[in-house]
Amino acid sequence: MIQASTTATDAAKKPAAKKRKASFKTGHSSMTKRSMRKWAWLFIGPVFVSFIIGFLWPFGQGIYLSFCGKFSVISDAHLKGIENYVKAFSDETFFHAFWFTALFAVVSVVLINLLAFSIAYALTQGVKGSNLFRTIFFMPNLIGGIVLGYLWSMIFDGLLDLWTTQNLVDNATYGFWGLIILLLWQQAGYMMIIYIAGLQAVPDDMLEAAKIDGATKTQTLFKVIIPNIMPSITICTFLTLTNSFKLYDQNLSLTGGKPARLTEMLALNISNGYSNMATRGMAQAKAVVFFILVATLGILQLVSTRKKEVQQ
Amino acid sequence: MKKTHLKRVAAIAIAAMMAGTALAGCGGSNSSSGSKSESGSADGAKGSVYWLNFKPEIDETLQSLAKKYKEAKGVEVKVVTAASGTYITTLTAEMDKSNPPTLFVIGNQQGVKDWGDFALDLTDTAIAKELNTDAYNLKDADGKLVSIGYCYECYGIIANPTLVEKAGHKMEEIKNFAGLKTVAEDIHKKAGELGFDAFSSSDMDDSSSWRFTGHMANLEYFYEEKAAGKTWTECPATITGEFLPNYKNLYDLCINNSLTAPADLSAGGHNAEEEFINGKAAFFVNGSWEFAAVSEKVPNAVMIPYYCGVEGEEKAGLNCGTENCWAVNSKVSKEDQQATIDFMVWLVSDTDASKTMVEQLGVMPYKNAAQSTNGFLNNAEAYTKDGCYVMDWATNFQPNVDEYRKDLVSALNAYNADQSDANWAKVKEAFVDGWAKQYKAIQE
Repeated sequence: MIQASTTATDAAKKPAAKKRKASFKTGHSSMTKRSMRKWAWLFIGPVFVSFIIGFLWPFGQGIYLSFCGKFSVISDAHLKGIENYVKAFSDETFFHAFWFTALFAVVSVVLINLLAFSIAYALTQGVKGSNLFRTIFFMPNLIGGIVLGYLWSMIFDGLLDLWTTQNLVDNATYGFWGLIILLLWQQAGYMMIIYIAGLQAVPDDMLEAAKIDGATKTQTLFKVIIPNIMPSITICTFLTLTNSFKLYDQNLSLTGGKPARLTEMLALNISNGYSNMATRGMAQAKAVVFFILVATLGILQLVSTRKKEVQQ
Repeated sequence: MKKTHLKRVAAIAIAAMMAGTALAGCGGSNSSSGSKSESGSADGAKGSVYWLNFKPEIDETLQSLAKKYKEAKGVEVKVVTAASGTYITTLTAEMDKSNPPTLFVIGNQQGVKDWGDFALDLTDTAIAKELNTDAYNLKDADGKLVSIGYCYECYGIIANPTLVEKAGHKMEEIKNFAGLKTVAEDIHKKAGELGFDAFSSSDMDDSSSWRFTGHMANLEYFYEEKAAGKTWTECPATITGEFLPNYKNLYDLCINNSLTAPADLSAGGHNAEEEFINGKAAFFVNGSWEFAAVSEKVPNAVMIPYYCGVEGEEKAGLNCGTENCWAVNSKVSKEDQQATIDFMVWLVSDTDASKTMVEQLGVMPYKNAAQSTNGFLNNAEAYTKDGCYVMDWATNFQPNVDEYRKDLVSALNAYNADQSDANWAKVKEAFVDGWAKQYKAIQE
């Protein structure tokens, strides 16, 4: 009934074959194809050029700068060796930020996905007003991170006032959970949309077959629905994981790292180092390490969840 | 055939537009004047001016002065203002461009070290000859005049004499900490019936904490300097914290006799300026730049020194100094340098221009500049005339300043929530040990 997994090459071949068929059916002539090839640069070009200017070039420059000595302007930087990396790895605030971020990522990935899936599941059961709820749950995502941080800091301080004299910025534990709640509130709606799309794509005949076979609701959920929405789970865990690791705006505006840099996450730790000329090189080295870390985690996670995806 | 040709042209035009908009997002986000393309080459022979300004609050004034200068002298002046808190990063980026700033700010010794190589020696230039004091100039180790002050400011405690009198006291009573304490505590005690309190809120969020971690902290550094009988010329590796108890005196007085409960300060959200202007508080810790805002509703407001219980403080004056120091880029053409210096001279000597500058900035230490209309700076001068000592801005030497102040804010927040000795010990740690720690962090 359900193929648990197929090989990666099979997976790659199938859609291609499908596409060929589709193009034949809808009558895409070879002429359209040729003109598509001819004009492709027009559509890819601008983005590609911006990508090089805005991302690849500075990225390469960043790697170069991480190996330079103290510099005032970039054209003045000179290679010096791995000193900045040595400094970065002996900076205890960097390590604290790393563990804080890691813990934050684990907790937020689990909570956001659980919540988003639950809401998505509830809203695909044909309840009245589902569309309205979907819109409402999605809305927090439209507000920028900085604004959210300031808004929530007021809400939290108001709530904390009910039972303690401490404010959000006085206590690292409050700060941690504050960040989790904020991100949960902001991102669950977005992930929910992805899960809803996944849930709606689960073939009705499969669900019907499960019902006829006498599967309970729980069985259907775990044996039919979840394996079928693995692509959604892959993309959602990928997004939440990298979002949590890269979190900056919300961190800056909600706690700003207070108290005593205890709620400082990696991105904020790095950018704080840039304000002083003497620590710029180190901050740059941290940024390179940070990139490698996020890229590795992202790829590992993609590969591992992809394996669990099923072919329909 | 013609049709396809037309299509192709349209396609290319659209592509160009897309690329244009895509790239527009990449640059120039912090430029507030848009005359980039006009400056530079057009008046190549004459030279042009590009001022990288670091104070967002005076941007509007500078833009209008630039326009006036262009009308009067025909020289292009471009003013770009770095967004709040991003001056150094903006300077780093701008200095690397083909048309770098010709006029920029080097405000303290750290700046002299970091940016001194980019500064023209201003000794004996036309602008240096306009100065009436060299008290606000910055020199490097070799005696090169790296930057010159274009205005100075002062800070202390702003007081509302009317409210002090309403509470049954006189400003004359406040000549030292004991006097200030008596008045402030009495006002706080009677706050219910008076309808106002002693101090406005001393919030610890980023928009306000600098009044205490930057400005008020200065009294500790200054008295430490004074006790040692010298003026700092560079950041010392360590400080002793000998006068921290005096800082505590004044700080405690501020937070415990105020409109806002100490435990609520870390969250911020109170507007101390509004509180003072609207007569809700008799005292407000801030600086001379508040004069315009304050004097409208409290025309008789005065500024008094940081009285904190130090011996002989009856002779204390206000904290005067500046970070507003001009440097001229040594790496631009001679014409541009000359044009820049001409512009500077115009700003400090032209009747209208210097009047506008003085209104915005306070006092300009130049022979031909307009007289100051700022009451608080006049207070500062009066103190000096009475033979009181000026408290210089030792606080400008705070090492790795952002990080140093952040730690201090955290420690003060913990203390605000619970004023125990243990928590004050943590403030001391951030204040004294934090100094040594940050000093070490920024050494090579």
